[in-house]
Amino acid sequence: MAAIEKPPVTGAGPFNGILTWFDQRFPLVSLWKEHLSEYYAPKNFNFWYYFGSLAMLVLVIQIVSGIFLTMNYKPDATQAFASVEYIMRDVPGGWLIRYIHSTGASAFFICVYLHMARGLMYGSYRKPRELIWIFGVLIYLTLMAEAFFGYLLPWGQMSYWGAQVIINLFGTIPLIGEPLAVWIRGDYNVSDATLNRFFALHVVAIPLVLLGLVAAHIMALHEVGSNNPDGVEIKKDIDPASGHPRDGIPFHPYYTVKDMVGVAVFLIVFSAIVFFSPEMGGYFLEYNNFIAADPLKTPEHIAPVWYFTPYYAMLRAVPPLFGSQFPGVAVMGAATLVFFVLPWLDRGKVKSIRYRGPKYRIWFTLFIISFLILGYLGVEPTTVWGEFGKNVPLVGGDYIALWVARVLTVVYFLFFLLMPWYTAHDKEKPEPSRVTW
Amino acid sequence: MRTLLALLAVLPTLAWASGPAVPLDKAPIDIHNKASLQRGAAIFVNHCLNCHAAAVMRYRRLEDIGLSEAQIRDNLLLAGEKVGDAMTTALDPAIAKAAFGTVPPDLTLVARSRGPDWLYTYMRSFYRDPASKTGWNNTVFPQVAMPHVLWEYQGDQVMQVTERMDQNTGDVVVTRKLVMDRPGTMSKRDYEQYTADLVNYLTYMSEPAQASRKLWGILVLFFLAGFFVLTAMLKKEFWKDVK
Repeated sequence: MAAIEKPPVTGAGPFNGILTWFDQRFPLVSLWKEHLSEYYAPKNFNFWYYFGSLAMLVLVIQIVSGIFLTMNYKPDATQAFASVEYIMRDVPGGWLIRYIHSTGASAFFICVYLHMARGLMYGSYRKPRELIWIFGVLIYLTLMAEAFFGYLLPWGQMSYWGAQVIINLFGTIPLIGEPLAVWIRGDYNVSDATLNRFFALHVVAIPLVLLGLVAAHIMALHEVGSNNPDGVEIKKDIDPASGHPRDGIPFHPYYTVKDMVGVAVFLIVFSAIVFFSPEMGGYFLEYNNFIAADPLKTPEHIAPVWYFTPYYAMLRAVPPLFGSQFPGVAVMGAATLVFFVLPWLDRGKVKSIRYRGPKYRIWFTLFIISFLILGYLGVEPTTVWGEFGKNVPLVGGDYIALWVARVLTVVYFLFFLLMPWYTAHDKEKPEPSRVTW
Repeated sequence: MRTLLALLAVLPTLAWASGPAVPLDKAPIDIHNKASLQRGAAIFVNHCLNCHAAAVMRYRRLEDIGLSEAQIRDNLLLAGEKVGDAMTTALDPAIAKAAFGTVPPDLTLVARSRGPDWLYTYMRSFYRDPASKTGWNNTVFPQVAMPHVLWEYQGDQVMQVTERMDQNTGDVVVTRKLVMDRPGTMSKRDYEQYTADLVNYLTYMSEPAQASRKLWGILVLFFLAGFFVLTAMLKKEFWKDVK
């Protein structure tokens, strides 16, 4: 044994000995090099490139704060609501842990949405990064499941009725809907059985899936290398002297120190919310969720938390068919699943929006605006913008917001469905040979 | 299946039902005013706790607002509770249901779900209404099951309805206004202070951590500002050699 020993570790002073011992038994040095000190990333990352590492930071924050919450929380329909208040009052520092976790949920979605917008803008889903994108979309869907399961746990009115409504969406699926909904709930209503399984899923199952997907996302990224705001492949221009890309810099130390600045700014904003406005005006913690769940009292206004509202607006916008809401549910599902095929819809010759033609830019802008306005409409009741006059043809007497949501839902899908055409026939600018710096 | 569909069918309509649009008065409260919080705690224990509970609030927490254990025991524990006990109510839910038609809600978090302004306006908006079961009604919460517990202090308000013809349009304009029919033992201003103290206490009770939370926030932000300066300097130093 040990016929071929790796060379000893150098440059770590008094730790050389112990590190050598580990390196001869574990790929310590090669992992460090592959993923940090010799992972060459383009040097022209801008503001948008902070949110990947920040999303990972939030994941860690959620796991750590979640562990401490679990120590005091009771997943029992008769005790859950009171146990959250016990954490808020009687557990030393409990209020801080709870606010960190509730703010972290929203922060996670903010980081992920900005991270996805970055991918769209700079074409980070294009060949050879399709798999990174697919893992990313899976992370997004898993995160939605994680947020949904977690939202039931405080057992407030919005927890309860939000879960009721979302599970009933599955109930609209033809044929299998009703048994499926019962299977999810473990009961004919949202009940203690539902709370118990959601707790297990939120605390054990989904986080494990999430961690695995994040690992796969990063391994795929490090296999093909990072994209950049110019969409230029830096591996095409290797410096023969060093064997590394001319436009690349080692992730460590350059991007580790740069991402730390991002971490500092993020933590300032995050703490400002946690300490001064944890409810965030009812958007991060809904006021009605401070009332314990009551299966006999339906709240007047059931709205999901802000990160689901674009899809909720779509659900409400689609008219029912034969008295079934299933078309709306299908549209909502399609709106999230359509992200998977994005890499094969885009036929542009350049990746980055910097060199795209006017057609892509217009569609991209329309898509972002649709997503934001749908998100706003999903928070508000459909009455928010009043009604059309009775004399208006076709839509007379209908709610204006409802029709706006319908038009925007169509725009949302057209961005994807028309992409093969408008990207193939666009006046693109030539991509530079090196990154702009 | 039918109930599921029915629930989904009403789903979009759920969104546009809304409560009465009574303008709410701004509650003149100050969470750092311990004298006001202590007065409010006494009002709460003496008048609210008979029917309502605050089941996740312990009496001992009142040490936060400057009361000693002895003061809590001597002044606020009326039925042999211990200082470490939660503020439960002696009212049997079944009896409450029979008497009021509903079980009085727990008030621990009411200031977070309703907001202090709602509570402050609500406590001052009861009026005599012979048509209602308790003889009382409320403009903020129409047909509320709760009678006006503090009526002896505030006095009897009644709803004054005046109709007059609009000179220009000929429409009948109806105005409704609460007026004092029989004054109570407190002046209007004293009663406002009294309810403000109560709402101040309810607001504190809904989140006892809120006073210290902001103090911690300032310390944390100062620390992070320093951390930001250090990271920014570190980044600048390392990136000097990226050409």
